[in-house]
Amino acid sequence: MNPTEAYYESSRCLFCYDAPCVQACPTHIDIPLFIKQIQTGNISGSAKTIFESNWLGNACGKVCPTDVLCEGACVYDNQHVPVIQIGRLQNFATQTMIDEGSNLCKPGEGRNGKIAIIGGGPAGIACACELRMLGYQAVIFEAKDRPSGLTVHGVAPYKITNEEVLAEVDFLQQQLGFEIRYGQQISSQEDLQAIEQEFDAVFLGVGLGATRQLVLPGEDKKNVVGAVEFIEDLRMQHHRIKVPDRVVVLGGGNTAMDAASESARMGATEVTLAYRRSRSEMGGYDFEYELAKSVGAIGLFNVTPLEILGNERVTGIRMIRTSTANGKVVTIPDSEFEISCDMVIKATGQAKQGSFLAMIEGLELDQKKRIVVSSDNYQTTNPKYFAGGDAVNGGAEVVNAAYEGKMAAQGIHRWLESKQE
Amino acid sequence: MPDLSIDFAGIKAPNPFWLASGPPTNSGYQVMKAFDAGWGGAVWKTLGVPIVNVSSRYGSINYRDTRMAGFNNIELITDRPLSDNLHEIEEVKKHFPNHAVIASLMVESRDEWEQIIRDVENAGADGIELNFGCPHGMCERGMGSAVGQEPVVLETIVGWVMEAAKVPVITKLTPNISHIVDPGLAAARGGSDAVSLINTIKSIMGIDLDTYAPYPIVDNKGTNGGYCGPAVKPIALEMVKELAQHPEIRHMPISGIGGIETWRDAVEFILLGASSLQICTAVMHYGFGIVREMKTGLLEFMEQKGYEKISDFVGLALPNVTEWKHLNLNYKVVAKIDQEKCIGCQLCYVACDDGAHQAIRVIGSTESRVPEIIEENCVGCNLCALVCPVEECITMEHRDQGIAPVTWDELAERGKIPTTFDDDLAGGKGHHVPRPEEAFKFRK
Repeated sequence: MNPTEAYYESSRCLFCYDAPCVQACPTHIDIPLFIKQIQTGNISGSAKTIFESNWLGNACGKVCPTDVLCEGACVYDNQHVPVIQIGRLQNFATQTMIDEGSNLCKPGEGRNGKIAIIGGGPAGIACACELRMLGYQAVIFEAKDRPSGLTVHGVAPYKITNEEVLAEVDFLQQQLGFEIRYGQQISSQEDLQAIEQEFDAVFLGVGLGATRQLVLPGEDKKNVVGAVEFIEDLRMQHHRIKVPDRVVVLGGGNTAMDAASESARMGATEVTLAYRRSRSEMGGYDFEYELAKSVGAIGLFNVTPLEILGNERVTGIRMIRTSTANGKVVTIPDSEFEISCDMVIKATGQAKQGSFLAMIEGLELDQKKRIVVSSDNYQTTNPKYFAGGDAVNGGAEVVNAAYEGKMAAQGIHRWLESKQE
Repeated sequence: MPDLSIDFAGIKAPNPFWLASGPPTNSGYQVMKAFDAGWGGAVWKTLGVPIVNVSSRYGSINYRDTRMAGFNNIELITDRPLSDNLHEIEEVKKHFPNHAVIASLMVESRDEWEQIIRDVENAGADGIELNFGCPHGMCERGMGSAVGQEPVVLETIVGWVMEAAKVPVITKLTPNISHIVDPGLAAARGGSDAVSLINTIKSIMGIDLDTYAPYPIVDNKGTNGGYCGPAVKPIALEMVKELAQHPEIRHMPISGIGGIETWRDAVEFILLGASSLQICTAVMHYGFGIVREMKTGLLEFMEQKGYEKISDFVGLALPNVTEWKHLNLNYKVVAKIDQEKCIGCQLCYVACDDGAHQAIRVIGSTESRVPEIIEENCVGCNLCALVCPVEECITMEHRDQGIAPVTWDELAERGKIPTTFDDDLAGGKGHHVPRPEEAFKFRK
């Protein structure tokens, strides 16, 4: 969005009372205010309004599913008038400030307290920023060599570039001065003990793990890949990826849609999106599915894989038709069929970080292996540990992680304050 | 088809849409182009002893994404030699004998007035307009609004002009005065054939927030200019009405000026007593082609209402413009929200609660954002309907009180008006107002 478009688009905002877009935003950004600030040429004020609520405001402007969040709630839709392009306006304000390298925020007055953040994804970054604003020291331990987790490794490349993601983290780090230690996989009791000794509290923003195994015959063949790994490869070594002609994507969530869209964009001529339930039960957003279809992906519903075929390399997949009875998927006897393909992408969910989490004393997980936290301060059942993001919510949007990280920082602050009393 | 032609104080024109004196009438080229585009007349850029202009000259008020909702200028009268202008007036009249060409004039001495009147009449001008209005530059030298603000001086100069002029004379009035009737009466006493109003309003358009210089900026300084454009229309309409209702002024035809941009604006001026219309800012914004919309709209309106000529509806709104004391105090309207049309922005709620009379409530649930009118609190002020972004969603419904109309004047005669500070007759006595501490329920 250029300044002229931002000027005209911001003019349209009605400045609703108790605005539905604010309610629909997981971080409750004061959207009418930041739009009015754009309108009046107060771009730095606008960016401050955004970052005050969401430390990944720039990335969220691009990667948020705005159709189902803020923009989906815009009252213009009730009038059949195009809704305000909130995501693009948000990105305009924050990107302008990032490009200018403006100083928007100062860390708070130094407080005693040092917090370790395990995982430099959106939850961890947001937590670090908020802790710095509160005056604490914050150190992020990141296993990989780049910050911001799935925002840079796991979001479909058409949504946001690596440079944009990294520039925002740089921008925040320069102003707020939190530390990120890269290549720091925390994998042993000793590692954890060292952290516990050095730091007053720990935030777990560890996200989810690798793509879960389907336990299918032939799953170990070449060209059978996990969607998360596929997208990460696309983002990190785009020039080395060659997507073959025929691709089958297994799954019905947004990651499946991304994998299907990106395969087609990378040159696959036949992309089949195979999901075990019906179209209407699919978890992926409608606009993501439409986007995948628009680049050539074809949906195949009520099918589930039985075996991956081929010798060393995939040559096809044997599937069976399904139906849903009482909410459960059941296979239909004698309905097996085969699809020829050169690649199978599994977008069937990520495993949890179970073995890592098991090392933390007294840390309770729920039935789905999510970390149990208190809803008001994001504290885990081990009082020194707080948590947020995918490891807590089971896998949601960047914006949810950003909110939970921020809230956890405030929870840590209140907990440390109460300990001092 | 209705006839748009007019005879304004003896000046004939094919339609009532005239270019007002200003930048669009600076040259014969522009005036001829305008006549070809459909304009009925033109008041030439004010003639006199030519001046020297500054750069820059114009300023604008932009409302959100709307450019030039208001406009101002610090340009003076013509900076071109009189002889060039006279030649071009002659040329225009040769090509357009049936269009109205009116020479706007501004000079100082009686001799100058007499000479310039002779010159423009010889060039073929159909009428003369006396520029007693410009609120910038010329007034510093005792001309323009300096004349318009001094009824005695104005009357004297009109007197000189009337003795000299053979063509009809229009006196153009400045709004930079507390009571427009005073210069209006002076023009009438001087014998002017007609009046035109309003000229521009003394104004500063804004301040540059880096240099602290006022707009329009001339080498980091600025001066007050003349304000015009759509934003000034309400002021112009009121002043036109004042003159059109006055028994000693209303015999003079009125040429309405001030923010006219559409046929609707034109009709409103006519309904309040104008019988010709002058337009400048709209042309400066959109070019001469804007007259197409005004003419077609006016024709359509006349056809629908069954009017054959403009004079059929001049001043028809005047009987409805009365003094406050004659308004019916027993008339009641209340707001009504169309549940189907409401989009849930709740602007009406917050406008009423914060800016008016706390007569709208929101349920506060997420399933319905449609606000509710609290009819017993509603004073019928219109604010909710005005802020509502949906056409016809909030309407003001008449509630028959079952009581005879009564005005303040009538109540006063009967001794039924409040006269003491805590009078029981106060209109708002007992009217619902939330307790002050209820404000705290909104604290976060």
